[in-house]
Amino acid sequence: MKATVNGEQRILDLGTTVGRLLAELGVRDAGIAVAVNDRIVRKAAFDEHALQDGDAVEIIRAVAGG
Amino acid sequence: MNGPLRVGNYEFGSRLIVGTGKYPSLEIMQQAHQASGTGMVTVAIRRINLDDPTGKTMLDYIDRSRYTILPNTAGCTTAKEAVLTAQLARELLETDLIKLEVIGDAQTLYPDTAETIVAARELVRDGFTVLPYIVDDPTACKRLEDAGCAAVMPLGAPIGSGLGICNRYSISIIVEHASVPVIVDAGVGTASDAAIAMELGVDAVLMNTGIAAAGDPVKMARAMRLAVESGRLAFEAGRMAKKLYANASSPVTDLIGSAK
Repeated sequence: MKATVNGEQRILDLGTTVGRLLAELGVRDAGIAVAVNDRIVRKAAFDEHALQDGDAVEIIRAVAGG
Repeated sequence: MNGPLRVGNYEFGSRLIVGTGKYPSLEIMQQAHQASGTGMVTVAIRRINLDDPTGKTMLDYIDRSRYTILPNTAGCTTAKEAVLTAQLARELLETDLIKLEVIGDAQTLYPDTAETIVAARELVRDGFTVLPYIVDDPTACKRLEDAGCAAVMPLGAPIGSGLGICNRYSISIIVEHASVPVIVDAGVGTASDAAIAMELGVDAVLMNTGIAAAGDPVKMARAMRLAVESGRLAFEAGRMAKKLYANASSPVTDLIGSAK
């Protein structure tokens, strides 16, 4: 299936969870937050939240700013 | 020295809020934060870099036992983007504080007032403590206060311009009518600008470039700390009335050589 991750198209295995996506991307899960289709996915739900074909995933962090 | 700043359920010993952007180095940023005496620093929220997914984030450089983090929605141009950014920030930082910023124009970075008000209403309904960046417009500030914002943050001048407090009169009017804290956000370029803002009776000043782009950011951070403190003290003390003509400070009688 296809999903958009931070604006990039990615091919994912069916049933890929948010937790698995983060592991595949090599993202440490401290210091980040995730939204799927404009809805927050709580950290505790990362391993249960299965992505669907066409999902838009945003993975964010804090950066310098004023 | 000054009384505390109260915003929503939060209380801060310092009336200076400082950004984390544009410093020559992160070490200088940390020293500047310390020298400023601030209790609250801002951060922005951005996508992680998928090519460097384990890279450090700004949170690795902020001691959260010393500084409350105020995330912003900088870069957002619609209420929808700002609300999602705020929700992501809350999830990331476990805070209900949000500096709401909805930009209406890329060149001036002036806020989109209509979108800011829409976003403020939604965020207040969602339980956020909302601090909106807004134009120095008393009506816009009133609308945001009515929307339930915990403070209003009128600009002194465009973001990063260092032009100082361009319209003291509108800031004074906002202070007079607001029943939530007024925080001047943006425009402060040097210590006197911060002191002027505080003398007008605003509750606090938020700045980034004024410190970060100074020749010596750490020294400027200390200057800003002193300026905010002295400006607040002067406001609390109440300035003397202005007069058009001189009024001697020394006795005008018993002058040497004068006739009896």
